[in-house]
Amino acid sequence: MLKARLIPVLLLKEGRMIKTKQFGGYRDVGNPRTVAKVYDAQKADELIFLDITATQEGRQALLETITAVAEECFMPLTVGGGISTLAAARELLSRGADKVAINTAALERPEFITELADAFGQSTVVVSIDFKKNPDGKPEVYAARGTKPTGLDPVAWAKRAEALGAGEILLTSIDREGTMAGYDLDMTRAVAEAVSIPVIAHGGAGTIQDLVDGIALGKASAVSAGSLFHFTDQSVFKVHSHMRQAGLPVRT
Amino acid sequence: MIVVVDYKLGNLFSVAKALEYAGAQVKVSSAAEDLRAATHIVLPGVGAFPRGMQNLRNTGLIEVLNEEVLEKKKPFLGICLGMQLLADKGYEHEESAGLGWVKGEARKLEAGGLKVPHVGWNDVTAKEGSKLFEGIKQGSDFYFVHSYQLHCADPGAVAATTTYGEAITAAVEQDNIYAVQFHPEKSQDVGLKLLENFLRHA
Repeated sequence: MLKARLIPVLLLKEGRMIKTKQFGGYRDVGNPRTVAKVYDAQKADELIFLDITATQEGRQALLETITAVAEECFMPLTVGGGISTLAAARELLSRGADKVAINTAALERPEFITELADAFGQSTVVVSIDFKKNPDGKPEVYAARGTKPTGLDPVAWAKRAEALGAGEILLTSIDREGTMAGYDLDMTRAVAEAVSIPVIAHGGAGTIQDLVDGIALGKASAVSAGSLFHFTDQSVFKVHSHMRQAGLPVRT
Repeated sequence: MIVVVDYKLGNLFSVAKALEYAGAQVKVSSAAEDLRAATHIVLPGVGAFPRGMQNLRNTGLIEVLNEEVLEKKKPFLGICLGMQLLADKGYEHEESAGLGWVKGEARKLEAGGLKVPHVGWNDVTAKEGSKLFEGIKQGSDFYFVHSYQLHCADPGAVAATTTYGEAITAAVEQDNIYAVQFHPEKSQDVGLKLLENFLRHA
Protein backbone atom coordinates (compact mmCIF):
# COMPACT_ATOMS: atom_id res chain seq x y z
CA MET A 1 0.00 0.00 0.00
CA LEU A 2 1.23 3.47 -0.85
CA LYS A 3 2.25 5.37 2.29
CA ALA A 4 1.21 8.86 3.32
CA ARG A 5 4.33 10.99 3.03
CA LEU A 6 5.74 13.24 5.71
CA ILE A 7 7.92 15.96 4.22
CA PRO A 8 9.95 18.52 6.16
CA VAL A 9 10.27 21.81 4.28
CA LEU A 10 13.58 23.67 4.48
CA LEU A 11 13.34 27.34 3.63
CA LEU A 12 16.66 28.72 2.43
CA LYS A 13 18.05 32.20 2.08
CA GLU A 14 21.64 32.99 1.09
CA GLY A 15 22.70 29.46 1.99
CA ARG A 16 21.18 29.50 5.47
CA MET A 17 18.01 27.86 6.65
CA ILE A 18 15.34 30.26 7.87
CA LYS A 19 11.76 30.31 9.07
CA THR A 20 9.08 32.83 8.23
CA LYS A 21 5.60 33.61 9.42
CA GLN A 22 2.95 34.39 6.79
CA PHE A 23 5.87 34.79 4.35
CA GLY A 24 7.55 37.55 6.46
CA GLY A 25 9.71 37.92 9.57
CA TYR A 26 12.86 35.89 8.85
CA ARG A 27 14.55 33.86 11.57
CA ASP A 28 17.79 31.99 11.02
CA VAL A 29 17.35 28.40 12.14
CA GLY A 30 20.56 26.76 11.07
CA ASN A 31 22.68 25.01 8.52
CA PRO A 32 20.52 23.20 5.96
CA ARG A 33 23.02 20.36 5.45
CA THR A 34 23.04 19.48 9.13
CA VAL A 35 19.27 19.67 9.37
CA ALA A 36 18.80 17.56 6.22
CA LYS A 37 21.04 14.83 7.64
CA VAL A 38 18.95 14.69 10.79
CA TYR A 39 15.73 14.36 8.77
CA ASP A 40 17.31 11.64 6.64
CA ALA A 41 18.40 9.71 9.74
CA GLN A 42 14.88 10.02 11.14
CA LYS A 43 13.45 8.55 7.91
CA ALA A 44 11.62 11.56 6.58
CA ASP A 45 9.90 10.46 3.36
CA GLU A 46 11.19 13.33 1.23
CA LEU A 47 12.67 16.80 1.64
CA ILE A 48 11.54 20.03 0.02
CA PHE A 49 13.96 22.95 -0.24
CA LEU A 50 12.45 26.34 -1.05
CA ASP A 51 14.99 29.05 -1.75
CA ILE A 52 14.05 32.70 -1.40
CA THR A 53 17.49 34.08 -2.16
CA ALA A 54 17.70 37.02 -4.48
CA THR A 55 21.44 37.20 -5.12
CA GLN A 56 23.79 35.30 -7.42
CA GLU A 57 25.93 34.24 -4.44
CA GLY A 58 22.83 32.89 -2.78
CA ARG A 59 21.94 30.84 -5.87
CA GLN A 60 25.43 29.38 -5.86
CA ALA A 61 25.02 28.51 -2.18
CA LEU A 62 21.77 26.71 -3.04
CA LEU A 63 23.48 24.56 -5.66
CA GLU A 64 26.25 23.71 -3.23
CA THR A 65 23.75 22.84 -0.52
CA ILE A 66 21.74 20.55 -2.81
CA THR A 67 24.87 18.76 -4.00
CA ALA A 68 26.14 18.32 -0.46
CA VAL A 69 22.79 16.97 0.71
CA ALA A 70 22.42 14.65 -2.31
CA GLU A 71 25.87 13.18 -1.63
CA GLU A 72 24.80 12.05 1.82
CA CYS A 73 21.02 11.72 1.86
CA PHE A 74 19.70 9.04 -0.47
CA MET A 75 16.11 10.22 -0.42
CA PRO A 76 13.88 12.27 -2.74
CA LEU A 77 14.75 15.96 -2.89
CA THR A 78 12.53 18.66 -4.35
CA VAL A 79 13.97 22.12 -4.93
CA GLY A 80 12.07 25.31 -5.69
CA GLY A 81 12.58 29.03 -5.73
CA GLY A 82 13.12 31.34 -8.68
CA ILE A 83 13.32 28.62 -11.34
CA SER A 84 12.17 30.18 -14.61
CA THR A 85 14.23 28.50 -17.33
CA LEU A 86 14.87 24.95 -18.50
CA ALA A 87 18.58 25.60 -17.95
CA ALA A 88 18.04 26.50 -14.29
CA ALA A 89 15.96 23.36 -13.77
CA ARG A 90 18.50 21.22 -15.58
CA GLU A 91 21.31 22.56 -13.42
CA LEU A 92 19.47 21.72 -10.19
CA LEU A 93 18.55 18.25 -11.47
CA SER A 94 22.15 17.59 -12.48
CA ARG A 95 23.33 18.70 -9.04
CA GLY A 96 21.19 16.18 -7.16
CA ALA A 97 17.59 17.45 -7.11
CA ASP A 98 14.93 14.93 -8.17
CA LYS A 99 12.06 17.32 -8.70
CA VAL A 100 11.78 21.04 -9.26
CA ALA A 101 9.02 23.18 -7.80
CA ILE A 102 7.92 26.15 -9.86
CA ASN A 103 5.54 28.90 -8.86
CA THR A 104 5.76 32.46 -10.22
CA ALA A 105 7.30 31.37 -13.53
CA ALA A 106 4.37 29.02 -14.13
CA LEU A 107 1.89 31.80 -13.40
CA GLU A 108 3.68 34.17 -15.76
CA ARG A 109 4.09 31.59 -18.49
CA PRO A 110 1.92 28.50 -17.94
CA GLU A 111 3.46 26.69 -20.93
CA PHE A 112 6.68 26.49 -18.89
CA ILE A 113 5.02 23.61 -17.00
CA THR A 114 4.66 21.69 -20.28
CA GLU A 115 8.21 22.49 -21.37
CA LEU A 116 9.59 21.13 -18.10
CA ALA A 117 7.39 18.02 -18.27
CA ASP A 118 8.48 17.34 -21.85
CA ALA A 119 12.14 17.81 -21.00
CA PHE A 120 12.35 16.00 -17.66
CA GLY A 121 9.15 13.99 -17.26
CA GLN A 122 5.88 14.88 -15.61
CA SER A 123 6.88 13.39 -12.26
CA THR A 124 9.77 15.86 -12.01
CA VAL A 125 7.51 18.90 -12.10
CA VAL A 126 5.94 20.14 -8.87
CA VAL A 127 3.70 23.17 -9.26
CA SER A 128 3.74 25.21 -6.08
CA ILE A 129 0.57 27.22 -5.43
CA ASP A 130 0.49 29.93 -2.75
CA PHE A 131 -2.95 31.22 -1.87
CA LYS A 132 -4.49 33.70 0.52
CA LYS A 133 -8.10 34.34 1.48
CA ASN A 134 -9.34 37.79 0.52
CA PRO A 135 -11.33 39.80 3.09
CA ASP A 136 -14.54 38.38 1.58
CA GLY A 137 -13.22 34.85 2.23
CA LYS A 138 -12.52 34.07 -1.42
CA PRO A 139 -9.23 32.20 -1.96
CA GLU A 140 -6.85 33.70 -4.48
CA VAL A 141 -3.52 32.53 -5.91
CA TYR A 142 -0.58 34.86 -5.26
CA ALA A 143 2.66 35.09 -7.22
CA ALA A 144 6.09 36.41 -6.25
CA ARG A 145 6.09 34.95 -2.76
CA GLY A 146 2.73 36.29 -1.74
CA THR A 147 3.15 39.81 -3.09
CA LYS A 148 1.22 39.66 -6.37
CA PRO A 149 -2.46 38.77 -6.53
CA THR A 150 -3.29 36.90 -9.73
CA GLY A 151 -7.08 36.79 -9.70
CA LEU A 152 -6.86 33.00 -10.08
CA ASP A 153 -8.82 30.50 -8.04
CA PRO A 154 -6.50 27.84 -6.51
CA VAL A 155 -8.68 24.91 -7.63
CA ALA A 156 -8.95 26.19 -11.21
CA TRP A 157 -5.20 26.89 -11.35
CA ALA A 158 -4.35 23.45 -9.95
CA LYS A 159 -6.53 21.79 -12.61
CA ARG A 160 -4.91 23.83 -15.35
CA ALA A 161 -1.42 23.01 -14.00
CA GLU A 162 -2.31 19.31 -14.08
CA ALA A 163 -3.56 19.58 -17.65
CA LEU A 164 -0.31 21.32 -18.64
CA GLY A 165 1.83 18.51 -17.23
CA ALA A 166 2.35 19.03 -13.49
CA GLY A 167 3.18 15.83 -11.60
CA GLU A 168 2.34 17.12 -8.12
CA ILE A 169 0.86 20.18 -6.46
CA LEU A 170 2.47 21.80 -3.40
CA LEU A 171 -0.37 23.81 -1.89
CA THR A 172 0.58 26.53 0.59
CA SER A 173 -1.79 28.65 2.63
CA ILE A 174 -0.05 32.01 3.10
CA ASP A 175 -2.44 32.89 5.93
CA ARG A 176 -1.46 29.78 7.84
CA GLU A 177 2.25 29.58 6.96
CA GLY A 178 4.41 29.70 10.10
CA THR A 179 1.40 30.18 12.38
CA MET A 180 1.17 26.54 13.52
CA ALA A 181 -2.62 26.97 13.47
CA GLY A 182 -3.31 23.97 11.24
CA TYR A 183 -3.67 23.55 7.47
CA ASP A 184 -6.48 25.14 5.52
CA LEU A 185 -8.21 21.77 5.28
CA ASP A 186 -11.14 22.93 3.15
CA MET A 187 -8.89 24.28 0.41
CA THR A 188 -6.56 21.29 0.63
CA ARG A 189 -9.48 18.93 0.14
CA ALA A 190 -11.00 21.04 -2.62
CA VAL A 191 -7.74 20.93 -4.60
CA ALA A 192 -6.98 17.26 -3.81
CA GLU A 193 -10.42 16.21 -4.99
CA ALA A 194 -10.25 18.34 -8.13
CA VAL A 195 -6.99 16.90 -9.51
CA SER A 196 -5.83 13.34 -10.09
CA ILE A 197 -2.18 14.09 -9.26
CA PRO A 198 -0.85 14.04 -5.68
CA VAL A 199 -1.27 17.14 -3.51
CA ILE A 200 1.17 18.09 -0.74
CA ALA A 201 -0.44 20.11 2.06
CA HIS A 202 1.74 22.95 3.34
CA GLY A 203 1.41 25.93 5.64
CA GLY A 204 0.22 25.86 9.21
CA ALA A 205 0.98 22.42 10.66
CA GLY A 206 1.64 22.92 14.36
CA THR A 207 0.62 19.65 15.93
CA ILE A 208 0.74 16.00 14.99
CA GLN A 209 -3.04 16.07 14.73
CA ASP A 210 -2.73 18.75 12.02
CA LEU A 211 -0.62 16.36 9.96
CA VAL A 212 -3.07 13.51 10.48
CA ASP A 213 -5.93 15.83 9.51
CA GLY A 214 -4.09 16.93 6.35
CA ILE A 215 -4.21 13.34 5.08
CA ALA A 216 -7.45 12.12 6.64
CA LEU A 217 -9.61 15.22 6.17
CA GLY A 218 -7.64 17.30 3.64
CA LYS A 219 -7.23 14.21 1.39
CA ALA A 220 -3.64 15.21 0.69
CA SER A 221 -1.17 12.52 -0.45
CA ALA A 222 1.59 14.12 1.60
CA VAL A 223 1.89 16.56 4.47
CA SER A 224 4.74 18.98 4.95
CA ALA A 225 5.88 21.14 7.81
CA GLY A 226 8.67 23.48 8.83
CA SER A 227 7.96 25.09 12.17
CA LEU A 228 6.61 21.87 13.69
CA PHE A 229 10.04 20.27 13.41
CA HIS A 230 12.08 23.37 14.21
CA PHE A 231 10.21 24.85 17.12
CA THR A 232 8.70 21.87 18.94
CA ASP A 233 10.14 18.63 20.24
CA GLN A 234 8.33 16.62 17.56
CA SER A 235 10.65 14.49 15.49
CA VAL A 236 9.91 12.70 12.24
CA PHE A 237 10.06 9.43 14.22
CA LYS A 238 7.41 10.57 16.65
CA VAL A 239 5.15 11.98 13.98
CA HIS A 240 5.35 8.81 11.90
CA SER A 241 4.48 6.75 14.93
CA HIS A 242 1.48 8.94 15.79
CA MET A 243 0.27 8.89 12.21
CA ARG A 244 0.42 5.10 12.32
CA GLN A 245 -1.55 5.03 15.56
CA ALA A 246 -4.14 7.25 13.91
CA GLY A 247 -4.62 4.53 11.31
CA LEU A 248 -2.76 6.17 8.43
CA PRO A 249 -0.46 4.08 6.24
CA VAL A 250 3.09 5.21 7.00
CA ARG A 251 6.54 3.73 6.54
CA THR A 252 7.82 1.47 9.27
CA MET B 1 34.26 -0.02 -12.94
CA ILE B 2 30.52 0.54 -13.08
CA VAL B 3 29.29 2.70 -15.93
CA VAL B 4 26.15 4.74 -15.45
CA VAL B 5 24.88 5.42 -18.95
CA ASP B 6 24.51 9.13 -19.58
CA TYR B 7 21.79 9.58 -22.17
CA LYS B 8 20.74 13.04 -21.00
CA LEU B 9 17.76 11.96 -18.94
CA GLY B 10 17.27 12.18 -15.23
CA ASN B 11 19.23 12.49 -12.05
CA LEU B 12 22.48 10.66 -12.76
CA PHE B 13 24.22 12.35 -9.87
CA SER B 14 22.26 10.49 -7.20
CA VAL B 15 22.56 7.13 -8.95
CA ALA B 16 26.33 7.55 -9.20
CA LYS B 17 26.68 8.71 -5.59
CA ALA B 18 24.53 5.86 -4.26
CA LEU B 19 26.57 3.27 -6.20
CA GLU B 20 29.77 4.81 -4.82
CA TYR B 21 28.28 4.65 -1.35
CA ALA B 22 27.49 0.98 -1.98
CA GLY B 23 31.18 0.44 -2.71
CA ALA B 24 31.56 0.80 -6.46
CA GLN B 25 33.94 2.76 -8.62
CA VAL B 26 31.61 4.69 -10.89
CA LYS B 27 31.92 6.49 -14.19
CA VAL B 28 29.05 8.41 -15.74
CA SER B 29 29.56 8.15 -19.48
CA SER B 30 28.05 7.96 -22.93
CA ALA B 31 31.20 6.63 -24.58
CA ALA B 32 31.06 3.18 -26.22
CA GLU B 33 34.60 2.34 -25.03
CA ASP B 34 33.57 2.94 -21.41
CA LEU B 35 30.63 0.57 -21.79
CA ARG B 36 32.99 -2.02 -23.27
CA ALA B 37 35.41 -1.60 -20.36
CA ALA B 38 32.69 -1.66 -17.67
CA THR B 39 32.18 -4.56 -15.29
CA HIS B 40 28.54 -3.54 -14.73
CA ILE B 41 26.23 -1.23 -16.70
CA VAL B 42 23.48 0.86 -15.08
CA LEU B 43 20.76 2.55 -17.12
CA PRO B 44 18.84 5.09 -15.03
CA GLY B 45 16.32 7.50 -16.49
CA VAL B 46 13.38 9.69 -15.70
CA GLY B 47 11.07 10.91 -18.43
CA ALA B 48 9.03 9.69 -21.33
CA PHE B 49 9.56 6.38 -23.15
CA PRO B 50 9.91 7.70 -26.73
CA ARG B 51 12.35 10.38 -25.62
CA GLY B 52 14.36 7.78 -23.73
CA MET B 53 14.70 5.60 -26.84
CA GLN B 54 15.40 8.63 -29.00
CA ASN B 55 18.18 9.76 -26.66
CA LEU B 56 19.68 6.27 -26.60
CA ARG B 57 19.65 6.20 -30.41
CA ASN B 58 21.18 9.68 -30.52
CA THR B 59 24.06 8.62 -28.29
CA GLY B 60 24.60 5.67 -30.64
CA LEU B 61 24.74 3.27 -27.71
CA ILE B 62 22.03 0.77 -28.57
CA GLU B 63 24.35 -1.47 -30.57
CA VAL B 64 27.06 -1.53 -27.93
CA LEU B 65 24.47 -2.11 -25.17
CA ASN B 66 23.11 -5.07 -27.13
CA GLU B 67 26.64 -6.46 -27.54
CA GLU B 68 27.70 -6.00 -23.94
CA VAL B 69 24.48 -7.02 -22.21
CA LEU B 70 22.82 -9.53 -24.54
CA GLU B 71 25.87 -11.19 -26.09
CA LYS B 72 28.60 -10.80 -23.47
CA LYS B 73 26.10 -11.09 -20.60
CA LYS B 74 27.51 -8.18 -18.65
CA PRO B 75 25.54 -7.45 -15.45
CA PHE B 76 22.99 -4.75 -16.17
CA LEU B 77 20.66 -2.76 -13.93
CA GLY B 78 17.83 -0.62 -15.33
CA ILE B 79 16.17 1.90 -13.03
CA CYS B 80 12.69 3.41 -13.51
CA LEU B 81 12.48 4.42 -17.18
CA GLY B 82 15.66 2.35 -17.60
CA MET B 83 13.53 -0.68 -16.73
CA GLN B 84 10.59 0.21 -18.95
CA LEU B 85 12.88 0.69 -21.97
CA LEU B 86 13.75 -3.02 -21.79
CA ALA B 87 10.26 -3.84 -23.09
CA ASP B 88 9.39 -4.68 -26.67
CA LYS B 89 7.09 -1.70 -26.84
CA GLY B 90 5.96 1.36 -24.93
CA TYR B 91 2.74 3.33 -25.18
CA GLU B 92 3.66 6.69 -23.64
CA HIS B 93 2.45 9.47 -26.01
CA GLU B 94 2.56 6.96 -28.89
CA GLU B 95 3.33 3.32 -29.56
CA SER B 96 7.09 2.97 -29.92
CA ALA B 97 9.70 0.23 -29.89
CA GLY B 98 11.86 -0.43 -26.84
CA LEU B 99 15.11 -2.38 -26.50
CA GLY B 100 13.19 -5.67 -26.53
CA TRP B 101 15.41 -7.39 -23.94
CA VAL B 102 12.52 -8.39 -21.69
CA LYS B 103 9.37 -9.67 -23.38
CA GLY B 104 6.53 -7.34 -22.55
CA GLU B 105 5.10 -3.86 -22.85
CA ALA B 106 5.26 -0.61 -20.88
CA ARG B 107 1.68 0.56 -20.40
CA LYS B 108 -0.06 3.34 -18.48
CA LEU B 109 -0.97 2.53 -14.86
CA GLU B 110 -4.59 1.53 -14.40
CA ALA B 111 -4.46 2.39 -10.67
CA GLY B 112 -8.23 1.98 -10.26
CA GLY B 113 -9.05 5.61 -9.59
CA LEU B 114 -5.96 6.28 -7.46
CA LYS B 115 -3.72 9.28 -8.13
CA VAL B 116 -1.35 8.96 -11.09
CA PRO B 117 1.66 9.30 -11.09
CA HIS B 118 2.22 6.69 -8.38
CA VAL B 119 4.47 8.78 -6.13
CA GLY B 120 5.89 7.72 -2.81
CA TRP B 121 6.92 4.78 -0.68
CA ASN B 122 5.25 1.45 -1.32
CA ASP B 123 5.98 -2.00 0.08
CA VAL B 124 7.60 -4.50 -2.21
CA THR B 125 7.14 -8.27 -2.17
CA ALA B 126 10.10 -10.15 -3.59
CA LYS B 127 10.04 -13.66 -5.02
CA GLU B 128 11.96 -16.29 -3.16
CA GLY B 129 15.52 -16.55 -4.38
CA SER B 130 15.69 -13.02 -5.74
CA LYS B 131 19.29 -11.85 -5.79
CA LEU B 132 18.50 -8.14 -5.65
CA PHE B 133 16.41 -8.52 -2.50
CA GLU B 134 18.70 -10.87 -0.61
CA GLY B 135 18.85 -9.84 3.05
CA ILE B 136 16.16 -7.19 2.56
CA LYS B 137 13.13 -7.60 4.80
CA GLN B 138 10.07 -8.76 2.86
CA GLY B 139 7.58 -5.90 2.48
CA SER B 140 10.19 -3.13 2.79
CA ASP B 141 9.13 0.24 1.36
CA PHE B 142 10.87 1.63 -1.70
CA TYR B 143 10.39 5.01 -3.37
CA PHE B 144 8.37 4.99 -6.61
CA VAL B 145 7.64 7.77 -9.11
CA HIS B 146 6.03 6.61 -12.33
CA SER B 147 2.92 6.64 -14.51
CA TYR B 148 3.71 3.58 -16.66
CA GLN B 149 4.76 0.07 -15.80
CA LEU B 150 6.42 -2.89 -17.44
CA HIS B 151 4.00 -5.77 -17.99
CA CYS B 152 6.21 -8.85 -18.48
CA ALA B 153 5.00 -11.49 -20.92
CA ASP B 154 6.94 -14.10 -18.93
CA PRO B 155 5.91 -14.07 -15.26
CA GLY B 156 9.18 -15.83 -14.52
CA ALA B 157 11.04 -12.61 -15.27
CA VAL B 158 9.24 -10.73 -12.47
CA ALA B 159 11.39 -10.65 -9.33
CA ALA B 160 9.21 -8.43 -7.17
CA THR B 161 5.86 -6.69 -7.17
CA THR B 162 3.99 -3.95 -5.37
CA THR B 163 0.32 -3.01 -5.39
CA TYR B 164 -1.21 0.27 -6.45
CA GLY B 165 -4.79 -0.31 -7.57
CA GLU B 166 -3.31 -3.22 -9.55
CA ALA B 167 -0.23 -5.44 -9.35
CA ILE B 168 2.86 -3.55 -10.41
CA THR B 169 6.13 -5.03 -11.60
CA ALA B 170 8.62 -3.67 -9.09
CA ALA B 171 11.67 -5.64 -10.22
CA VAL B 172 12.85 -7.91 -13.01
CA GLU B 173 15.62 -10.51 -12.95
CA GLN B 174 16.38 -12.34 -16.18
CA ASP B 175 19.85 -13.87 -16.47
CA ASN B 176 22.29 -10.97 -16.24
CA ILE B 177 19.53 -8.38 -16.70
CA TYR B 178 18.21 -6.74 -13.54
CA ALA B 179 15.78 -3.85 -13.35
CA VAL B 180 13.72 -1.98 -10.78
CA GLN B 181 10.77 0.36 -11.24
CA PHE B 182 11.46 2.20 -7.97
CA HIS B 183 14.49 4.36 -7.21
CA PRO B 184 17.00 2.46 -5.06
CA GLU B 185 19.18 5.59 -5.01
CA LYS B 186 16.29 7.39 -3.27
CA SER B 187 15.15 4.58 -1.00
CA GLN B 188 17.54 5.21 1.90
CA ASP B 189 19.05 2.11 3.58
CA VAL B 190 17.07 -0.60 1.76
CA GLY B 191 17.86 1.02 -1.59
CA LEU B 192 21.58 1.08 -0.85
CA LYS B 193 21.41 -2.56 0.24
CA LEU B 194 19.75 -3.47 -3.07
CA LEU B 195 22.51 -1.71 -5.01
CA GLU B 196 25.12 -3.58 -2.94
CA ASN B 197 23.35 -6.83 -3.83
CA PHE B 198 23.50 -5.96 -7.52
CA LEU B 199 27.23 -5.22 -7.25
CA ARG B 200 27.92 -8.40 -5.31
CA HIS B 201 25.73 -10.97 -7.01
CA ALA B 202 25.39 -9.87 -10.56
